[in-house]
Amino acid sequence: MSAIGYVYFYACALFAVLGALGTVGAKNPIRGAMGLLLMILSIAGLFLALHAQFLAAIQLIVYAGAIVVLFLFVIMLLGPSASTPSDHRGRIPRLIGAGLFGATGLGAMALLVSSSPKSTIGPTGYPSPTGDFGSVDAFGRIIFSQGLVPFELSSALLMVAIVGAVAVARGRHKSDPAISGAATLEAENVPHAGQAPRTAGGITREAP
Amino acid sequence: MIPVEHYVALSAILFTIGGVGFLVRRNVIVALMSIEVMLNAVNVALVAFNRLPTHNNAHTGQVFAFFIIAVAAASVAVGLAIVLSLFRIRRTVRSDEADLLKN
Repeated sequence: MSAIGYVYFYACALFAVLGALGTVGAKNPIRGAMGLLLMILSIAGLFLALHAQFLAAIQLIVYAGAIVVLFLFVIMLLGPSASTPSDHRGRIPRLIGAGLFGATGLGAMALLVSSSPKSTIGPTGYPSPTGDFGSVDAFGRIIFSQGLVPFELSSALLMVAIVGAVAVARGRHKSDPAISGAATLEAENVPHAGQAPRTAGGITREAP
Repeated sequence: MIPVEHYVALSAILFTIGGVGFLVRRNVIVALMSIEVMLNAVNVALVAFNRLPTHNNAHTGQVFAFFIIAVAAASVAVGLAIVLSLFRIRRTVRSDEADLLKN
């Protein structure tokens, strides 16, 4: 049982790290989203091994079902301009910052591993949780008794996020009185008056 | 039973990967995905700490992870809306060309 548990953990951990590397390193954002999906599925597997069945289901529904699909939707909406060509301006400061961050994170991990008490490492481990630990029943009891106020506040947060996302992403539409009623279909693509095609990064961006 | 240090080490690795990706990549969409990687790494650590014997029948870490998932969903919705709005104005998703407040 213990060996199977170790194999399961290391398989999930390997896939999670591979997915994270794919997310960060992919040139094409679609592949990045696929890497994110792989990492999310692996972490849901880890949650199952940690007696967090409800969180594993929530992870699958919210992350794999909603967030990754939202990413894919936006990437496909943007089309080929979702993947940006690489250039080398300002590359050195970025690499220095990323190297510092990576060295700090991996150094903290090395300190953690070297200072962990060796007595707890072994097949004995922790006692198995009693009863329905991590199930929907036990989790709902906590959420609706002790965590009621943050739960309701999170619903308010999600409501505000929905309204904010709609207000930000809507932009100007044909109902805007600043745009004349003619050529309503082109009104979203053509730059407005006074907004000439911008020159950004040495490349002239022209409206389609 | 896997010791909790293994989970925390995995969490540190994932968090470092996400942070490096956020610092290196210029694509705003990839930066948002890196933030999701970091939030997932934190979730792994919290759920693993919840399995320590002193918290055997409390769900504190799992409740924290639950709220982190809710906040992540909200942040992705607003972030992708900002990406769409930026693309509508600038026709790009590069983070270094998002300097609308500069001039």
